[in-house]
Amino acid sequence: MSTGIQESETEADTEEQDTAAEESAAQRQRMETKRQRAAERDLQEKAEEELDDSENAVELKVFRYDPEVEGKEEPRFDTFHVPFFKGMTVLDALIYARDHFDSSLTFRHSCRQAICGSDALFINGRQRLGCKTQMVDLDWPVRIEPLPHQDVVKDLVVDMEHFYDQMESVEPYFDPEETPKKSDLEEQRQDRENREKIKMSTRCIWCGACMSSCNIAAGDNEYLGPAAINKAYRFAMDEREGENMKQHRLNIIEQEHGVWRCQTQFSCTEVCPKDIPLTEHIQELKREAVKNNLKFW
Amino acid sequence: MYEHDVLVIGGGGAGLRAAIAAHEEGADVAIVTKLHPVRSHTGAAEGGINAALRDGDSWEDHAYDTMKGSDFLGDAPAIETFAKTAPEEVINLEHWGMPFSREDDGRVSQRPFGGLSFPRTTYAGAETGHHMLHTMYEQVVKRGIEVYDEWYVSRLAVTDHDDPEDRVCHGCVAYDIKSGEIAGFKATGGVILATGGLGQAFDHTTNAVANTGDGPAMAYRAGVPVEDMEMIQFHPTTLPSTGVLISEGVRGEGGILYNDEGERLMFEYGYANNEGELASRDVVARAELTEVNEGRGIDDEYVHLDMRHLGEERILDRLENILHLAEDFEGVDGLEEPMPVKPGQHYAMGGLEVDENSETCINGLYAAGECACVSMHGANRLGGNALPELLVFGARAGYHAGGRDLGEAKIPTGPSAKSEDGHVDTPVSPGAVDAGDGDVAADGALVEPQEVIQHHVEAEERRVTELLEKDDGVNHAEVRADVQETMTDNVNVFRNEENLKEAVEDLRVARERYQDVYVRDPSRTYNTDLIHTIETRNIIDVAEAITLGALAREEFRGAHWREQHQERKDDEWIKHTMVSWNDGRPDLYYKPVVLEGEDKTYEPKERSY
Ligand SMILES: Cc1cc2nc3c(=O)[nH]c(=O)nc-3n(C[C@H](O)[C@H](O)[C@H](O)COP(=O)(O)OP(=O)(O)OC[C@H]3O[C@@H](n4cnc5c(N)ncnc54)[C@H](O)[C@@H]3O)c2cc1C
Ligand code: SF4
Ligand code: FES
Repeated sequence: MSTGIQESETEADTEEQDTAAEESAAQRQRMETKRQRAAERDLQEKAEEELDDSENAVELKVFRYDPEVEGKEEPRFDTFHVPFFKGMTVLDALIYARDHFDSSLTFRHSCRQAICGSDALFINGRQRLGCKTQMVDLDWPVRIEPLPHQDVVKDLVVDMEHFYDQMESVEPYFDPEETPKKSDLEEQRQDRENREKIKMSTRCIWCGACMSSCNIAAGDNEYLGPAAINKAYRFAMDEREGENMKQHRLNIIEQEHGVWRCQTQFSCTEVCPKDIPLTEHIQELKREAVKNNLKFW
Repeated sequence: MYEHDVLVIGGGGAGLRAAIAAHEEGADVAIVTKLHPVRSHTGAAEGGINAALRDGDSWEDHAYDTMKGSDFLGDAPAIETFAKTAPEEVINLEHWGMPFSREDDGRVSQRPFGGLSFPRTTYAGAETGHHMLHTMYEQVVKRGIEVYDEWYVSRLAVTDHDDPEDRVCHGCVAYDIKSGEIAGFKATGGVILATGGLGQAFDHTTNAVANTGDGPAMAYRAGVPVEDMEMIQFHPTTLPSTGVLISEGVRGEGGILYNDEGERLMFEYGYANNEGELASRDVVARAELTEVNEGRGIDDEYVHLDMRHLGEERILDRLENILHLAEDFEGVDGLEEPMPVKPGQHYAMGGLEVDENSETCINGLYAAGECACVSMHGANRLGGNALPELLVFGARAGYHAGGRDLGEAKIPTGPSAKSEDGHVDTPVSPGAVDAGDGDVAADGALVEPQEVIQHHVEAEERRVTELLEKDDGVNHAEVRADVQETMTDNVNVFRNEENLKEAVEDLRVARERYQDVYVRDPSRTYNTDLIHTIETRNIIDVAEAITLGALAREEFRGAHWREQHQERKDDEWIKHTMVSWNDGRPDLYYKPVVLEGEDKTYEPKERSY
């Protein structure tokens, strides 16, 4: 019942399509997932009705580690049984386990609505946001681990510094050649098409799921990674910045550990909780870079 | 000890704007924040940012709409400063690259919003806050502004003069969540609080888990009065299991509210015979709760918001993100079934008393954003007015702390602004159980910045060690849950004297139980148990101030509804409720509302639309 497989197939088909089409593909795929879920939910509900209350609990297997605490220096899995309710997310279950069974259970979370990017976790073997993952969509027991390929600080908390460093290395800020005078209250013009073009790329919430899923990033610590390249894409494609800036941005992503490392495995695109067509953005930057190099030959 | 010219506590919209402004003034500024900036709850805002940008619109109209929306509890100097400055702040964001939605001619789009006389809400799709937050964080990176992320500020380093207006804030004490280090931070130019909302005082809220009112609670205990705390906005359509917001858009497009009996409640029971589902937020929220209280709620908890009749095509076209929200966070398919909704805490109009330069009455201490009450929202905030507020007053805090002369403020602050003593009868006495390690030791001895900070660092170290060393006691989560429950039961959209008093009692019990809290996790590494335990005390303090304000205000104004006092009483109540912390005792008093603007005086009129 993994929706992951579904998504990967659909996304792979979109490789050569333009942004608008990608979005509707993502949309179609979501609708497909929804229908599938509805069917599953019916089954789930039936199954639940047959269970009596005491059995209506979900089993969590949660990764535990604390470098300072006796008994936790060696990673282990703890099991929690949490009462299930309709609409329960993985984050709800973790909060319940923490507040009722073990207040030392540690994980990041804040918004509960897939916008703060705090709770990307490795759930049943796949990178997902805890708050955006419905319990009914998973095989039970549910296994929850910290994001792979990142240093674990404690329990489900990983060190995000490296991810932030990569994000910040692509000069991730708007830097136009000139802007109108502020006092004139004049905005820069941007046509709708150009805004559409960058729209998906601006949705990134810095959750790190993509980076964690990427084999290349796992092997090459200096690889910029999908999120940082997507950030560069967001600016390179923004016409408000001007041509010179675009050149500069293409130079950044063309470096040794930049776009050419990507082997189009699509794992990042599959796990991105904001449906950003990452692989496609990387491919497009490769094409732009080639065009650019030809121009200067 | 870490040292900077200006310290900004909080990395949400208000904090980021403040930091950039201080940097523009040439100050060495740092942001200290418990969440990485991009994780702040400003990112959750969907709707938009109001600003009078176009021909046919004017800042005067925006100011008037805001005053009227506030139900005449806003202060004119704040509202006018706000409306005048919002346009340049929005243009500024555009110059920083914010991906606003656009018109055919490439200009920034604007759309209509409730309570506005002109379509002046700029937006970036349904993710306006996300884009605003990220755009400003990018500018912080560009400027190389230092960010201490995942540092929890637990205390302000304030001198201990008797009169809060004589006190000086020299910095703060913060706790590095990852390493457990407790350190002093010294600021020579000023400390700016930008800690956001306090929704976690309620058990059902659109606010993030991190919105625990830390700034208001810390500064309140250090001597800054809190203002109009009873003014809490409840949103009528939030998902029951998480509090995730379902925007007005659904009702705007024709979504219908049904009770358990399948009746269209807004008409069936006469809550709003003209506007029906489109009545204002407070009216709809009260209607829903009445249904539940009278036994017509579904699962005794919520009502249904149905949009199926709009058809798949229209829903996908206009409300697609709602489908995702309902699916992802409630497990409900909005195309196949009605969505469960109930009212949830959404926004705090009240907060730390500041003037229009964002200054509190304590020297060197500023507050901006949702944690502050410059008083522009008064008794009711208009949709789309909070984000521009972050920009305008965040920037002013930063400029002022960075050294820019913004002129004399017209809004008076501090105990000297008091016009009248207040009094409420409470069944038990509110305030600290044991003022012991008080946040301000009032003997006037602490003056030198270094000393002041050291004193507070030591006090904090004692507190943390004590919490970590206790082997047994109460889990803070139980206390927090009790507070949230009583607030939702008794200080919700319906308020009456009896229930409010019950809340005061429950909060007293919570305070007593809090005396016995302990932190089970002994680790210094990423100890969220400890952080949450400290937050819970803040939640109790703000919850109590909210309840006292609600008990005091015997009228119905804006978001504040009182059972035995069903009208707005302008003769008596055009005044702010103030609560200040005096050696562990909350002190209630009033100060006048400033209705005199630059060129005109605002006359209270009925708030009807
Ligand atoms: C779901 C939702 C939708 C909304 N939609 C709109 C809208 O469309 N238009 C509009 O105008 N308004 C909207 N609002 C209101 C508006 O978004 C908020 O009022 C505003 O974003 C608050 O910004 P802030 O900077 O004050 O706080 P936040 O963005 O919450 O930032 C607070 C910061 O303080 C830090 N912090 C807190 N405590 C501490 C501590 N103890 N130590 C260190 N750091 C600390 C946090 O880490 C965080 O960085 C909405 C609100 C919600 C909840
Ligand atoms: S691109 Fe997607 S997966 Fe990667 S950090 Fe951004 S939101 Fe997360
Ligand atoms: S809690 Fe914010 S993304 Fe999940």
